[in-house]
Order: sequence, then C-alpha cells, then structure tokens
Amino acid sequence: MTTSTPLLAVDELSVVFHRKGQGETRAVDGVSFTLEEGRVTGLVGESGCGKSVTSLALMGLLPDRGVKVGGSALIRLPDGEQDLLKVSQRRMRDLRGSQLAMIFQDPLSSLNPVVPIGVQVTEILSRHRGMRGAAARREAADLLQRVGIPDPTRRLGEYPHQLSGGMRQRALIAMAVACRPKLMIADEPTTALDVTIQAQILELLRDLVTEEGTALLMITHDLGVVAGLCDEINVLYAGKAVETAPRGPLFADPAHPYTVGLLGSIPRLDAPRGEPLTPVRGSVNDNIAWADGCAFAPRCDHYTMECLQGPPPLVGASGDEEGPGHIHRCVNPVGRAGPDRPEPETPAAASEEERG
Amino acid sequence: MPTTPSTNPSQVPLHQRRAAKVDRLAELMGERGDEGHGAGVWREALQRMRRSPMAITGAAIVALFVVVALLSEFIAPYGATSQTWGGEVFPNRNEFVGPRAENWLGLDHLGRDMFSRMVIGARQTLLVGVVATLVGFLFGALLGGAAGACSVLGGRWGRQVDNVVMRVIDMMLAMPTLLLAVTVAALVGPSLTTVMVAVGVAQIPIFARLLRGAMISQGSREYVLAAEALGVRRHRIALTHILPNSMGPVIVQSTLTLATAIIDAAALSYLGLGNPDASSPEWGTMLSEAQRFLSSAPSLAVYPALGIIITALGFTLLGEALREALDPKLRK
Repeated sequence: MTTSTPLLAVDELSVVFHRKGQGETRAVDGVSFTLEEGRVTGLVGESGCGKSVTSLALMGLLPDRGVKVGGSALIRLPDGEQDLLKVSQRRMRDLRGSQLAMIFQDPLSSLNPVVPIGVQVTEILSRHRGMRGAAARREAADLLQRVGIPDPTRRLGEYPHQLSGGMRQRALIAMAVACRPKLMIADEPTTALDVTIQAQILELLRDLVTEEGTALLMITHDLGVVAGLCDEINVLYAGKAVETAPRGPLFADPAHPYTVGLLGSIPRLDAPRGEPLTPVRGSVNDNIAWADGCAFAPRCDHYTMECLQGPPPLVGASGDEEGPGHIHRCVNPVGRAGPDRPEPETPAAASEEERG
Repeated sequence: MPTTPSTNPSQVPLHQRRAAKVDRLAELMGERGDEGHGAGVWREALQRMRRSPMAITGAAIVALFVVVALLSEFIAPYGATSQTWGGEVFPNRNEFVGPRAENWLGLDHLGRDMFSRMVIGARQTLLVGVVATLVGFLFGALLGGAAGACSVLGGRWGRQVDNVVMRVIDMMLAMPTLLLAVTVAALVGPSLTTVMVAVGVAQIPIFARLLRGAMISQGSREYVLAAEALGVRRHRIALTHILPNSMGPVIVQSTLTLATAIIDAAALSYLGLGNPDASSPEWGTMLSEAQRFLSSAPSLAVYPALGIIITALGFTLLGEALREALDPKLRK
C-alpha cells in the first residue's frame, strides 16, 4: 500500500481568516501530509493549533465568508484525481457522505435530537445510494449491527437521547461508513466518551479501516489515542506541522521540543508518587509569527538566537534509523548532536523555506 | 471436558457462566429501559407541566373557556338577541335588572340576558383568537422559515433573500400592532373577518422573526454541520433537521399570541371595527356598548372585561408554563 500513490495528498494547505477591524489569522499555515488507504494518520496538537480547521477545510465545510483557503488536496477518486479545495460546492455535496465522511467530537450534539436514529441513517442511504423504504431500513439496521449496536431494528425507532454516549458515537460512525467512503475524518471522536467506551470506539474504527481499506485522518489531542491507533503522526503547532513521523519513532525518539513536551505532560502510572506533572509552559497564545522564527520558541526550554531567525525549515531527523519518514521543524532538535543545525542548508530545505 | 450444562455450576466454564449472567442482566435492564421508550422532548415537557401550578391553572381556564365556547348553544339559556319586554327591563326607572334567578348576570340595556350573551360571545372570541393566531402563524412561519432556511443554507445569495424578507418584516414590525390592525380593518370594512385578518396580519412579523431567529441559531448547531458533512441535501436539512428543532419557541408564542389576539380583537371591536351584527356578540363589542351605561350599570362592562382578562390570563399562564417546560436551561 505504501508504495502506491497516496489516496489524499495535502500540500501546503493554508487557511486564513479575515475579520473586519482585525488583522488576518493564519489558522493553518502550510500543512502538508498524505493519507493512504487502510492506514490511520494522526493530526495531533493542543486547542487552537489548527487541526479542526484543517479537517473542515478538506471537507469544504468552512464558512464562505472571510476565509481564504490555499494549497492543494489531491484525492484519488473512482473518476480520476481531483483537488478537494477546488471542486464546486455542488460536487462537494455529492462527495461528502459518499467518498468523504466525518465523525465529530460530541455524539449527542452531532445527532438531531428530534429525529429518530433510523431516519438519520436512512437519509444518507437515500441521498447517496438511492435506497428507499424497507430496503433502506434493512440496510440501516445492518449498518448499526456492523458497528456493534445490539437490537438494531428497535434502535432505528429511538431518539438520540435514548442511546448511551457510546451507542450514539457508534450510530454516527454507522452513518459515516454507510456509503463506504474512501476517506474518513474523525475529529476527536472519543473526547466526549469515558475511557472504556473510548477503547471500544477506537477498536471499531481500527477494524473499519483494515476491513474497508478506508483512509482515516484522526484528529486528537490525546497522545494515548495516537499511540493505540495511528500509523503516521503529524504534530501541529500554531498552524504548522512541527514533526511528522511514523508511530514508533515519534514515541521512541521525538525530535521537536514540543512533541517532547506533549509526551512529558502525560500522566504516568509508573511515575513515582508525588512527582509533579511536567506541563508545557505557557499557553498556545504565547507564540510569535512563524515568519519571525519558531512559533514555539517562547515556550521552549532550549531555544537559541537561531530559533528567532526566520521560519525553521523542515529537516529529516538525524540519528534515526527510519530517517526518511521522520521530519521535524526545529533547529535544536532534542537528543540530536549539539546545538548546531543538522543539514542546515540543503537545497531541499531551502526551497521548503521559500515556499513556507 | 464436559460440554453439556452440568448441574454443578463449578463445572460450567467460567466464560459461559459469565455470559449467562450478562444475558440475564441485559434482560433485566432491557425491561427497565422500555419505560422511557419513545419519550420525546414534548412528552418530557408535558410531564413537567403537570407538576406546575401555573400550567394547571392556565390549562383549567383555557379548558373551561373552550368548552363554554364550543357548547354555547346548549349552555346559554336564552338567545343572544331575545329580549325581555316592557316594564320588566326597567322595573324601577333607570335601574338595570341585576343578577336574579332567571338571569344570572342580569339584563342589559335592551333587556337581553347578559349570561347568554357572555356565553355566546365566548365562541366569537375564541374564533377570532384562533383564526387570527393561525393567520399570523401560517404566514409568519412561511416567511420566517423561508428567510431562515435561505440565511442558513443559501450561501451568499440566500443571505440576500433573507435580507430582503427581513427588511419587509421589520417594516411591519415597526408599525404598532393595533395601528396595523386598525389600518387593515379600515381598508376592508368592519366585520368579524376583518378583525381576524387584521389581528392575524399584525402577528405575522413576530412569528416570522421568531422562527427565523430559532432557525439561524439551530443552523450553527453541530448536527447541522454533521448532516452537511454527510452530504444531506440542503432542503432536507432545512425541513427535517432545522425546522422541527426550531418550532418550540414558535409554538409557545402561539399560545401567548392567542391571549394578545383576544385582547386586540376586543380592542378592534371596541373601536367599532368588529362585527356589527348583534346576534353574534363579541366581548369587545359588548364592552363598547356598555360604555354608555358605565355610570348607571357598571356591571355591564365588568362582565365582558372580566371575561377578556381571565381568558387572556389563562392563555398567558399556559404559554409561559409551556415556555418554561421547554426551556433547555431548566431541563434535567
């Protein structure tokens, strides 16, 4: 799978919000990643780093006023390759639900409270697969069964508030996979659920990805979820990817101080009693513009003057066996040889800098 | 290993015993879960209202009013225009006949039974209130619904449509309700239909604004985004997702509007724009007629006034209770 062309290639995606009386806000600032069939890619970062905006941009769900989306997102569809950011509204409506699907954070508010589950599932079947009446209801029941909802026929007649949180999220996943989409985006699908249900939902997602060969873009702030589910991980900070790596190297040998900070701030069961958590200092608002230097510098423990001289380029992580897949955006990578830049002026890095 | 179920529980494999236990538990929980089956937002609201004295009072008044209005032929002992003749009307000069066994509320200046006229007037009042509210509700919801749907889902072009519709609504809203009603009534001429249409038209902008506002606030909810993310068509989102969720405030407003409509209708009748036909008295008309005898027979004005006040109070109490019961902030 990994050798073929990717299903979705996002290149230099940027989203800029314009507000009256205020300057523009660069919510997403040149993010590039690829998604492959049957694999899970994680988009990790704290609130406000642009991960949700990235997903909304890909789905074409950003408001049409005051937003400028740049870059490209080429997706391989049955009828040829297309740029998700350029297709017409009408075409996007046809793609959403059939080729692309999205699962949201809060299952209760993502379901219409006054419409029975059955109607909400069948409306997608009738919209994209032209199914009607009894056939649609049968298929809807099958879908609920598939995502592990017991007694699906009865559930079809029930309202969202009669289902438990886990059931609701399962129902939403059933709606998302109803038309076997090629690409699924899950925006913090387990944040509103308790830990046991969380594990079940993640397992379900994993199964669906392997069985259907769907590409899943997993958006989360929870590194535990990432460790259990994602094959490839992009760590976002202030609208830019600061580190991209396969799961193993990211956890074993993180290069960017922000990734290290995130990993360090996870509460651990095996930590000695009474040892304080080590949070990442400051908040996401304490940053500088990427144009001036590394946005993370104000919160970083080992920034140098070099960090404040223009945007740091993306570089391959040295000292990593799986080198090619592991890149980061730091001039003083953690655990790497000294404060001197690894491969400072390679042509690739330079061109990267010009584009960003 | 014995695979047949044994009488000795320890010989049954652990996982089978567990499975049986879980099944039994699921069974028991399933039974319990069925109680709330099918209970929707409205049923919940109804249950809350049954515990509220305000709602019960309002509902009792409204029920009484509706029953009297519907059965007025059977309740009223005399016709609306049947008069008591001659000296009976004023047994003592210049003194109206007060309440007595034959006429519970006495006679009016033409010797007609006040109780019968009040009862028959209830039907007219209910008719005006309901029809006027329906007119306001239907046209208001149509305009507001269209504007709301366009605004939420219509993109740039839809927002323009919404803008135009709402500016027209604003113009209607800028005019005082009664003035608008008087204008309509003056244009069409005095009749019961006039009163109903006039009062109804005056309610249109309120319903329109309310529904549009509710739809726009629902439009930013996550389930709308979720439906859009699954490619559901826009008209379907508007009709099956946004509209049903936006009806709550509009339905509450209809109950409150019934009260206003009754008062407005009475006001229009009082101003002489109501039905001039004496055989179908309306409380407002009765009030206006009684005005001339206010010093000699104030009770002639008091009865219809009380009727209007109590009915309006009933609808208002019911509407407020409904609003409270549906308020998501007070739920749970």
